Amino acid sequence: MTSPLQRKLKIHGPTVVTANRLADGVSVWLTAAGGWSETIAEAAVGTTSDEVLRLLDIAHADENTAVGAYSASATLAADGTPQPANLRERIRVSGPTISLPGAA
Amino acid sequence: MPLVKTGAPAADLFVAVADGEPLPDGPVIVSAARLLADGPAVIARNGEIGVAWPNDKDVAELQPFLSRLSLISLAFPKFRDGRAYSQARLLRERYGYKGELRAVGNVLRDQVLMMVRAGFDAFALEKAADVEAFGKAVATYSVFYQPTGDQRPTVRDARTASAATGG
Amino acid sequence: MYVYDEFDRTFLEERVAEFRDQVARRLSGELNEEEFKPLRLMNGVYLQLHAYMLRVCIPYGTLSSQQLRALGAVARKYDRGYGHFTTRQNIQFNWIKLNELPDAMADLAKVGIHGLQTSGNCIRNTTTDPWAGAAADEVEDPRLYAEVIRQWSTLHPEFTYLPRKFKIAITAARHDRAAIRVHDIGLRLHKRDGETGFEVMVGGGLGRSPFIGKTIKDFLPKEHLLSYLEAVLRTYNLGGRRDNIYKARIKIQVHEMGAEAFAQKVEAEWAEIRDGALKLDEAALDAIRDRFQIPDLETLDDQPAELARALATDAAFARWHANSVAPHKTKGHAIVTLSLKPVGAPPGDATADQMDAIADLADRYAYGEIRVAHEQNLTFPYVRQKDLPALWAKLKEIGVATPNVGLITDIISCPGLDYCALANTRSIPIAQKLTERFADEARIADIGRLHVNISGCINACGHHHVGHIGILGVEKKDEEFFQITLGGKGNSKARIGELIGPAVAESEIVDVVESLVDTYLNLRTSPAETFVAAVERLGIEPFKERAYAPR
Repeated sequence: MTSPLQRKLKIHGPTVVTANRLADGVSVWLTAAGGWSETIAEAAVGTTSDEVLRLLDIAHADENTAVGAYSASATLAADGTPQPANLRERIRVSGPTISLPGAA
Repeated sequence: MPLVKTGAPAADLFVAVADGEPLPDGPVIVSAARLLADGPAVIARNGEIGVAWPNDKDVAELQPFLSRLSLISLAFPKFRDGRAYSQARLLRERYGYKGELRAVGNVLRDQVLMMVRAGFDAFALEKAADVEAFGKAVATYSVFYQPTGDQRPTVRDARTASAATGG
Repeated sequence: MYVYDEFDRTFLEERVAEFRDQVARRLSGELNEEEFKPLRLMNGVYLQLHAYMLRVCIPYGTLSSQQLRALGAVARKYDRGYGHFTTRQNIQFNWIKLNELPDAMADLAKVGIHGLQTSGNCIRNTTTDPWAGAAADEVEDPRLYAEVIRQWSTLHPEFTYLPRKFKIAITAARHDRAAIRVHDIGLRLHKRDGETGFEVMVGGGLGRSPFIGKTIKDFLPKEHLLSYLEAVLRTYNLGGRRDNIYKARIKIQVHEMGAEAFAQKVEAEWAEIRDGALKLDEAALDAIRDRFQIPDLETLDDQPAELARALATDAAFARWHANSVAPHKTKGHAIVTLSLKPVGAPPGDATADQMDAIADLADRYAYGEIRVAHEQNLTFPYVRQKDLPALWAKLKEIGVATPNVGLITDIISCPGLDYCALANTRSIPIAQKLTERFADEARIADIGRLHVNISGCINACGHHHVGHIGILGVEKKDEEFFQITLGGKGNSKARIGELIGPAVAESEIVDVVESLVDTYLNLRTSPAETFVAAVERLGIEPFKERAYAPR
C-alpha cells in the first residue's frame, strides 16, 4: 500500500473531504478546524493535491468519528461556499430525489 | 504476538528457521517448501518439528509427515481470508492430525470461536487485549448447528437428547 | 411455518449479545472500521449514502403476522416509517443509526428474526418459491429443505469467510419462481423412482459477469443434501479466487475450471464425507418437519357463490382476480399476491402502517402467514376463495391491490443512487415514471406478461440481465444513461438479455421502453404471444430499429 503522502491525487478544481458519521451514518464534511459538519457549506476547500491530501490525512486519523472519508469535487458559490458538484454528492447533501413513502 | 494454547496464555517454544539456515536444537518451525524438499533430513533430527503451511497449498501433501509433526501453523494473511478453516478441518477430521494446530496472522478475538470449531488449539493473537478476552470470546455461543471435529454437541444432538428425556 | 425452539432462540439471543458487544467496541474505538465492517456486514448492516441500512433476513421469505408487525414497529421506532422488500425475500431499513442497531436487533430477535447472513462473504439467506406449500404445481414443500439449509449454514465455522458471498435458492415446482439458475447454487427438488432428491446447479449469478448455472448433478438423494453442499462450499472456499473481488464468485471458478472438472472435484470431496455426520436420516428431517406449523385448511369447495357473484358483477374485482390470484393445491383456497408496485411509488416499499394492516388481514383472511416474493411483492399463500371479495376491498384501501402482477409495471428495481453508496445512477425514479406512463390497467393487461428489471449499477441488484426488458444505469460525465437489454429470463429457461445498442439518456428512457412495447404490439402474432416470446422469435433487430429511430 502506498501511504497517502506518497500518493498523488488528481484534483479537478475545488475539493472537499466528506464521510459518514460513525454513530448514525449521517453525511458529514471536514471543516477547516478539523471537525465535522453536517453542512457542506462549512467544509474546508482544498484546491491542490497537497491540500486535499492533508485534509484526507486529518479525516482518516479521525476514523472513530467519521468513516469512509474521501475527496469530492465541489463548485463554489458566488460567496465562495462549496456546493456539491455531481449528482451523487447532491443526493448526499439533499437526500433522496424521490418523495419518501408515508411522507405524502 | 501473544500465544494462547488450549485456552490459556503460553510461551512459544518454537523457533522459526529460515530456509537454508541450519536447524538448531529444540523445537523448530520450517517452511512448507523445506519440509517437502528435505523431508527425510528434517524429520531425522531429534526434537520437535513444526511447519508453517501456506493457505493455498493442499494439506493432503502433509500426510506423510503428520505423525512426526508437533505443530502445524496455518495462515490468516487477513482475517477475511478463510481458507485455513477448511485446511484445519481436513487435517483434524480427515487426516487425523493430533498435534498443535496454530492460527497465525491476522488472528482476532471475533474469529477464535470459529477457529476452535474448525480444530485450532493454538492462537498467535495479534492484539494483546484479545488474550484477556479469549475466554469470553470462545464462550460467545452455546448453541451450534454444524457437526465439526471439535465434538461439541450440535442442536440436532440436543434435540434428540431432549426428545429422549421427554424434555 | 417453522417455529423456533429453545435452541434457535438461545442462539439468536447470543447473536444479539455478540453484536451489541461489537458495536460497543467499535464506538469506543477498540475496533477500527476495517475490523468492524465485516462484522457489521455479517449482521446485515451496511453504510449507505445517508445512513446505515439494516437488511433483515426473512428465511425463505416466510413471515408470521406477528413478525410482520415487529418489522413495522422497527420501521416506526428506529427508521422513518417504512421498509423496502428485496429480491432476496428480505427487507431493508434505510435510516438506522448504529448506536440504536443493537436494540432494533433485540426487538427483532423477540419474534425470531435477525440480520444474520444478509451480507458479507458467507452463505446468505436461502430463498425459495413464495408459493411453497400452496402451489398447485409443487412436487413437495421445499421449505423443509430450506430450513435444513438455514440451520446448517447459520454461522458455519468453515464458511463464514468465503472468497465472496454465496446464495442458494431452491424450488420444488414445475414453474421456477425462485430464479434458481441465477444463484451460486440452485436446487430443483424432484422425484426419481419415488425418492426425493435434487438437481444441483452451480455457478449461476448476475452482476458484472452474468452466468446461467450449470447442472453438476442430476439427482442428489435428499439424505445427502448437506454433505454435498459442504463439498461444494469446501471446493469453493479452498479454490475460489481471492486475488480479484470481481472474479471471486463461484461462477468464475466454475467457468475457469469447466463445469465438468468442478463437478469431479466436488464428487471426490463428497465421497469422503457423504456418510458422515451430515447425513440426513428421516429422524433428522422429522425433527425439523415437526416444527413447521402448517395451517389446518378448512374443507371448502372451489368457486363458492360469494366469489362467482363478485366476478360476475364487479369488473374491477374480476380484473384483480385474473391478475393477482393463483390456483391453490387445496380446494376452495387461493394464493393472493399483494402488489407493492402502485403507480408512482418506489417498487417494493411498504409503510409501517401498511405492514400492520397486512398483518391484520393475514390474521383475518390468510391463516396468519405472509410470504415475500423475489419480485418484491408480498403473497398470502392461504386464502379462502369465499373471502376474496372482502379481502380485495381491504387490500385496495391500503394500496396493495394494483392488478399489475407480472405486468409491465410490476418492476423489479434496486434502491439506486437515491440510497445506495455503490450505485452509478438512480433507479427508483425510472420505475416511477414507467408506472405513470403505463398507468392504464386495461392497456397493461393487453400488453400482458412483461418483466422490466432496473439496476443502478453493474452489480445488478435489480436483476436487469434477466428482465424481459433490462435497464442498467451507467454514468457518463455526471449524466445518467441507461443501457437496455432484451429477452432475459430468470425462470427454468433462464437466459441473459441481449444489449440492443448504445445507452440512452435519462430523459428518453421511458419513450424508448414505450416504443419497444409498441413494436411488440405491432408484431405479435396474437395476444397469446408474450413480449419475450416475440423477442425470441424475431430477435432484437426490429426492436432496436424502432428504439433508436428518431422520434
